[in-house]
Amino acid sequence: MSVDKFTLLKTSCVPLPNENVDTDQIIPARFLKATSREGFGENLFRDWRFSSSGEPIKDFVLNQAEYSGKVLVAGKNFGSGSSREHAAWAIHDYGFKVVVSSFFADIFRNNALNNGVLPIQVSADFLSSLFNAIEKDNAQKVIVDLEKQELTYNNESCSFEINPYKKDCLLNGFDDIDYLINKKEKIQDFEK
Amino acid sequence: MTLYIYYKLRNSKIEFTKYTTLKATTLFDKVWDAHVVEHVEGGPDIVYIDKHLIHEVTSPQAFSGLEARGLKVFRPERTIATPDHNVPTVNQHLPISDEQSRTQVETLKANCEKNKIEMYGLNHPNNGIVHVVGPEQGHTQPGMTMVCGDSHTSTHGAFGAVAFGIGTSEVEMVFATQCIMQSKPMKMRITVDGELSKGVSAKDLTLYVIAQLGTGGATGYFVEYAGSAVRSLTMEGRMTVCNMSIEMGARGGMIAPDETTFEYMKGRTHAPKGEAWEEKLAYWKTLKSDDGAEFDKEYSFKAEDIEPMITYGTNPGMGMGITQSIPAEADIPVSELPSIKQSLAYMDYQLGSQILGKKVDYVFLGSCTNGRIEDIRAFASLVKGHKKVDAITAWIVPGSKKVEKQAIEEGLVEVLEASGFELRQPGCSACLAMNEDKVPAGKYSVSTSNRNFEGRQGPGSRTLLASPLTAAAAAITGVVTDPRDFL
Repeated sequence: MSVDKFTLLKTSCVPLPNENVDTDQIIPARFLKATSREGFGENLFRDWRFSSSGEPIKDFVLNQAEYSGKVLVAGKNFGSGSSREHAAWAIHDYGFKVVVSSFFADIFRNNALNNGVLPIQVSADFLSSLFNAIEKDNAQKVIVDLEKQELTYNNESCSFEINPYKKDCLLNGFDDIDYLINKKEKIQDFEK
Repeated sequence: MTLYIYYKLRNSKIEFTKYTTLKATTLFDKVWDAHVVEHVEGGPDIVYIDKHLIHEVTSPQAFSGLEARGLKVFRPERTIATPDHNVPTVNQHLPISDEQSRTQVETLKANCEKNKIEMYGLNHPNNGIVHVVGPEQGHTQPGMTMVCGDSHTSTHGAFGAVAFGIGTSEVEMVFATQCIMQSKPMKMRITVDGELSKGVSAKDLTLYVIAQLGTGGATGYFVEYAGSAVRSLTMEGRMTVCNMSIEMGARGGMIAPDETTFEYMKGRTHAPKGEAWEEKLAYWKTLKSDDGAEFDKEYSFKAEDIEPMITYGTNPGMGMGITQSIPAEADIPVSELPSIKQSLAYMDYQLGSQILGKKVDYVFLGSCTNGRIEDIRAFASLVKGHKKVDAITAWIVPGSKKVEKQAIEEGLVEVLEASGFELRQPGCSACLAMNEDKVPAGKYSVSTSNRNFEGRQGPGSRTLLASPLTAAAAAITGVVTDPRDFL
C-alpha cells in the first residue's frame, strides 16, 4: 500500500490541548474488530465525541463546526499506549494530514509516517502560542511545507525535524516495503 | 583496547565474527548491531527480525496488503501465530458468538494456513496470550530480535532479546522481507538495587519506576534493567517488568540473561537441545553490558523505597504507594494541573485524598503482565481461607492453556473455588475489553493488567492498576486494601 504524496498544505486547524492522548482514546479497542483498513475515521475519538447512546458531545472539538481543517494540534505526548495502527488509520481516514504536538509516542510516530500522516514536533512554547492563535481565530490557517521542513502561521514560523529518508518517502509517496523489497538480495546475504 | 568476540547465529549455523572496538558496549547495542542488514543514509536501520509473533487483531490488514502487492510471506518459519486479543474466556469449545470476532479469528487461521505459518488456535494446548506463549514454548531466546503488532512485545526483553511492538504496516514489512526499518533508539539504564520488602512484587517495582519517570519519561529510549533487585526476580517477574516498559514510553526493556534465564529456558519445546544448547549458551553468556558502557540516560532506585503500588489516575504514570494520598493541589506543577484534574474527574477521586478504603467493584487477574502461574499462585495464597466479597465481580484469566493446566494440576483452582473464585479460559480479556469481559461505566476495577486509560476496560470503566496480591486483597474486602494486612 503506497501512501499519498505529501504536498504543500495550507489549512485551518483542529485544536485538542489534552495531554497524553493515548491510542485507546484515538480509537477504542472495541472498534478494532475490522479486517480492513477503511472506515476508522467515523470512530475517531469515539468516547470523547459521542455519548454512550451515540449522541454527539457538543463540547468536543470534532463536534464544533467552527473548527475544521487537515491539521490536528494536540497536547504533549500524543499517541501513547497501544501500538494499534488503527489510530493512525482513524486520523488519516477522518481527513487529517498532519498532527502537531510538542511530543509524540514512538510507535504512533512510525505508524503515522507509514500512512502519509506527518507528525510535526514543535517546542512547548510554539505549541502554546499556536493554541492561543487558534483560540483567537477559529479559522487560523497554517502552512505546512515539508520540502522546507517548516510550519508557519501568521508571521510565526518554526522548522521541524524529519529524517531525510522518511521525508523522501512522504514527498514521493513511497513506503518502506517498496524500499525493502529492493534490498532482498542484501537481506538474503545477511541470512547466510 | 579490548577484543570483543561476537557470534552470529543464522539458521542454526554459527559464525564467529571478530572485531576490535575501543568502546565498551551495552547489551542493547550488541543485539541490535548484530541484526543491522544496512544503515540507510540519513534514515533508519534495516533490522533483521529473528522471531515474529502475530495475533488476530493487528495482522489481517498486513496479510491483505501483502496479497495486494502479489507477495508471499518471506520466512514463514520465523512467524508464530496465536489468537488472544479478541477471544471469549468462557466456552471456547463453542463457535465465537460475536460475528466480527469470529471473522477475525477465522481470518487469522486462513491466513496462516495459506502462508504456512504455525498457529496455536483456540483450544490448542499451546494457545494463549502471545507474550505468555512465546517464552513458555521456548520461542523467546536471548540475543534475538523479536517483534509483534502489540506494544507489550517488550515482555520478551526479560530474556535479553531486543523485542518491541510495531504497527500493522511494519507487520507487513516483516512478512515481506523479515526486516523492518527502524531508527536506533537511545539507551537508558534503570538500576534497582536492594531487596524488595514482603508483599512487594515485580509489578510494584515497575509501577514505582513508571510513577517516577512518568508516562512519557522513557520515550525514544530502549531500557536495560539492572541491579540486585532486578537480578533476584524470577523470569516471570522479569517479564512483568519488561512488559510495562512501554507504559513510560520506552520502545522496549531488557535484562541481561543469567543462570535464572538459562534455568527457565532449558528443556522448553523450542529451546535448543544438546550440542546446539551448549553453543548458544556460550553466546548468551556474552550478552551483557560491558563495564563502562555508556547510556544516554541512567536512573537508580532503591528497592526498600517501594511499597505495594496502585494507580489513581488515567495513565500508568499516575501511581503511588498504596498507603499514600493522591497528590494535593499544592504539590502539583501548575502546567500539569489541568490534565491531572481531568483525570481525577474521570475517576471521581479528589486531590489529596487517600486511596485505601476506596470502593472496588471488579477485580481482574490476568493479561500479559500478570497472567502467569506465579501470579495465580500469589492471588490464591492471599485469598486462601477468605471469601470473595459478594458485590465483587472477579475475573481470573490464565495467560495460556499451559498456565490453566498448571493451575489445575497444582490445586490452585480448588483454592480459588473454595474462596468463591473461578478460573476462566485464556486470553487478553478485560485488559483491553475487546471481548465480553467489560467493566461497566462508572465501576472501579482493581486490575493486574497494564493500562488504566479512560475506557480501557470498557466504556466509562475506572481502572486501578496493581499487583496480583493487591488485587486479591481487594477481592476479599471489597475496597482498596494493603495486601500486607493479610501476609
